[in-house]
Parts: sequence; C-alpha cells; structure tokens
Amino acid sequence: MENRTIIQTTNLTRRYNHLPAVDNLNFEVKEGEIFGFLGPNGAGKTTTLLMLLGLSRPSEGSSRVCGLDPLRKAKEVKRLVGYLPENIGFYGDLDAVQNLEYVADLNGLGRGITSKKIEELLELVGLKQDAHKKVAAFSRGMKQRLGFAELLIKDPEVLFLDEPTLGLDPDGAIRIINLIGSLNRDRKITVLISSHNLYQVQKISHRVGIMIKGKMVAEGSVESLAEEKFGVNEKEYSLEEVYMKYFQEV
Amino acid sequence: MQGIFAVFRKEFRDHFSSNRFVILFALIAMVSVITCYMAGIHLKENLEGLATTKFPFLMLFSTPGALFSMVQFVAFFGPLIGLVLGFDSINRERAHGTLIKLISQPIYRDAVINGKFLAGVATISIMLLSTVLVISGLGMAFVGLVPGVEEVWRLFIYLIISVFYISFWLGVSILFSILFRSIATSALASAALWIFLSFFISLGADVVANTVAPVDRQKETKPEIVLKNARVKEMVSLSSPMVLYSEATAIIIDPMRKTTSSLVLMSPMEKLLASRFQNPLPLAQSIIVVFPHMTALIAITLICFAISYMVFMVQEIRT
Repeated sequence: MENRTIIQTTNLTRRYNHLPAVDNLNFEVKEGEIFGFLGPNGAGKTTTLLMLLGLSRPSEGSSRVCGLDPLRKAKEVKRLVGYLPENIGFYGDLDAVQNLEYVADLNGLGRGITSKKIEELLELVGLKQDAHKKVAAFSRGMKQRLGFAELLIKDPEVLFLDEPTLGLDPDGAIRIINLIGSLNRDRKITVLISSHNLYQVQKISHRVGIMIKGKMVAEGSVESLAEEKFGVNEKEYSLEEVYMKYFQEV
Repeated sequence: MQGIFAVFRKEFRDHFSSNRFVILFALIAMVSVITCYMAGIHLKENLEGLATTKFPFLMLFSTPGALFSMVQFVAFFGPLIGLVLGFDSINRERAHGTLIKLISQPIYRDAVINGKFLAGVATISIMLLSTVLVISGLGMAFVGLVPGVEEVWRLFIYLIISVFYISFWLGVSILFSILFRSIATSALASAALWIFLSFFISLGADVVANTVAPVDRQKETKPEIVLKNARVKEMVSLSSPMVLYSEATAIIIDPMRKTTSSLVLMSPMEKLLASRFQNPLPLAQSIIVVFPHMTALIAITLICFAISYMVFMVQEIRT
C-alpha cells in the first residue's frame, strides 16, 4: 500500500555567509514511518528541521510538510508537527502540570479537556507521581519525558525529534526509544528522529538518511544501504559499520 | 490572537508572583505613603484658615513634602519599574531553552513579544492606579480633601502619561533583552541608558548650550545669544524622556502652571500675562500646552516597541 508523503524537500538549501549549511537537500518521508536522520555534528540536521518547521528561511529550494509549505503556512504546520529541540527547556519555577497547561494554552486547547489529557499524558510518560513537583528539580530523563508529554498534548501527526536520547542513562534512553516505537505503532505518528546513537536508531527506524556536510549521501533501509556498500553476503552489517563507511568516503 | 492571550496570561501571572515585583511594589507603596503623609501635613498647616484654594486635592501629588513630590518620584524612579519588568524577558527564555519551544507552538512569532509587552503594560497600569488610589484615600483620610470632577480627570490623564512613560522604559529593556544574549549585559545596558538619558542629559544640555552660544556672566552678553543659549539648552534636554514627562505632568497636575518654557524664552507680553492673571488654566488648555510633550512621549514608546518587534521577527532562533 502506497502511503502519503509527509515530508518532501526539493533542493532545500540554507547558506550562512555564503557557506552552505544545508546543500540541495532532497529527501522524502512517508506516512507512518520512523526515519532516522543521521550525520555528524554540524551536518545541518537541526537547520533542516528548523526549515521544515518554518522557523528558518531557506536560501533556495522548498519543502512540504503534510502537503503544506512551512514558509507560508507556518502556523498550520506547527499545529500538526511536534518539535522536540535538542536541549529542551522548561519553566523551572512551575511544576509539570503548569508547564503542560501553558503549552496547551498556546495550542488553544480548552481548560476542560486539558486537565484530563494532562493526567493521561503524565501517566503515559511515567511522571504521574511527579506531577506537582517543580521542574527545576527534575532529572534530565524526567525532563525529556515531560518534553514528550508537551509534544503529545496537541495530538501531532508528525514528530521531529532532535537528539531525544542525548545525555540519558541507558535505562532512560531505552524508555524513550520504546516510547517512540509505541507512539508510532499505536498512534500512527510519523517520526523524524535525529540521533548519534546508531544502535537505537537501527532498532526502531524503518529507513535512515545519512547527511554529511549539508548533503544527503545515503537514504534507504539499513539493509539496502549495507547491501550497497558491502555487497550481499552472509554477514549482517550494523548501521554503525555502514555509517562509518559513508563517513570515511566523504 | 489566542497565542497573545496565552503569553499574556502567563507573563501577567509571573509578574505578580515574582519576588522582584513584590519588592518593587513594597518600595513604591512605602514611598507613596510617606510622601503622601508629608504632603498632607504640609497642606494641612498651610491651608488651615484659608477660605478657598484652587485644586487642593492635586497638591497631594505635586507638593514636595520632605524631599520630593509623588510626581517627581515617578519621574525619577518610574523607569526602574519598566526596566525591572523587562530586562530579561526574551534572553531568559533563550537561556533556559524555552524560546524555541515557545515559537515552535502553533502561534505567530509576534504573539510572544506582543504578549510580553502587553503583560508588562498591564502590570505597570495596575501598579500606578493602585498607588494613585492609595494616595487619594490617605489624602481624604488625613486632610479631609475631596477631589472635584476636573481633578479626577487630571489624575486620569496623569496616569495615562505615566503608563506611557514607564512603558517606554519597558520597551527599551525588552529591546536590550532581544539584542543581548546575556541577562547581566541587558540589565546593565538598560540601566546605563536610563542614567544617561535621565541624569546626564541635563548636565550635557548646559555644556552644549554654552559651547554653541557662550554666555558670560561677568560681561554683557547680547540678548540674542542669551536667547539662543536657552533655546539650545531646552532642545537638548527635551531629548530626555524624563524631562518630557516631568514637564507634561507638571502642567497636567498643577493647573496654575501655564507654560513649560523658561522665563528667558517668554516674550514681554507673556510675562505680563503670567503675572497679571492668576487663575488656573482650564483642563483643555493645560492639555494643549503639553500636547507636543505627550505626543512625543507616546511616539518614542511606540517607536521603541516597533524596533524590538522588527528585530525579534527577523532574528534566527535556534535555542
């Protein structure tokens, strides 16, 4: 069954002082997919995400998110897309519920529906006992999970996750990865995940894209990429080996 | 619009629950009670036995008790309210990583800055209104004065000018919080600008005037030079919002004052009129006298906000 295209970029380019951070980027993400967005630091992944959200203006080219142009329909795109930035911040003097209430208010959700939903979401991300604790006292893992609750409050169709497992302990990281997997399965949410933890990405992604110096050097499932680089043989290649091969070539 | 209201509600709540607001408000309440008490005692002593005085109620605000009157106090320290409310409004969000979260919600980007500015203006208005009401109440209790209709109108206009004046400084501090990443830098920059525009401009005005048109106290100077000196001094000092504000409110709150210009600049006929007719100005005439001041004050407030708005809209926000 052919799925709808959720994200599509055509020659997307962003230059800073004439140096391209994102260089003629073309890629597609289909509905219901988890797309692993890989690349070294400074490859232009975050810049791409910002352009897809309409927060940054491309120098050239265009993109479509859920069939909308993020430049012209930024507000509509942001209604459908939940973006988890790399270092998500919270209002430390407010508790978890108050932080969620503010996000719900910004999304124009009514008070009545919100309180019930907040309770459900806190349950889902496992923060029910800490609902009325000040966020300043939260650990990094708890903050990350609260970040997911904030994303889900608007019932997004798509999630952009920028390094969601960065700086988490193994247990915390696995919880986040499992959460992403279950959101994709149960709620049919399309996920674009950028991460350096290749093992985890391989575990949940349907397809991956490797971006180096602003260009997408490879795109496809881990198996097809491995096949391309190493040829078909008995051995199963890990994403890490494939990634390193691409990285060394550039 | 929904975005603006959401930001507004959040910021408004934050202002009223923050420690800095409590400290600021305590300071202002204390000073206003003291000045009101001093002015009240002063008025009571001076007014006793007099049959009629014009607009005694307004004197509660314009009579310097021991040190300064309420009007002078707001002119001097009102900017501090604006600065304290705004100096970290944008860069604190940036530092805590909440700004990117805020603008990745389905709101227009300007909702953030509009909501913040409006919340500040609302806080300032409530602060000033309650101060004026406290002074009025205490005045009635201490001295037994009751405001007339015109006095209420004058106080109302005074309030509006004051809100604009303090909002100008709110706008300045928000602008600096957009321009500077560090909270300390934006606080220092706005404080420096405040001190420069409020206190050094008047010193600078003398220097500039004496350079352009030197007046020698020992020797005879031509009248044109004296006139030019006074004009230049006035022009330079009017670039200070504090001077604009003080002159505007002095006329509004004191109906006996008829002009903002210094004696040197008055024509002989004006001087004659000023000394001959001792009646208060009607409200409409008072407004006409300071209309340029009021317009200028409102204009700089709006310009300042417009600059912050434009800078914020084109800035790239990554964190």
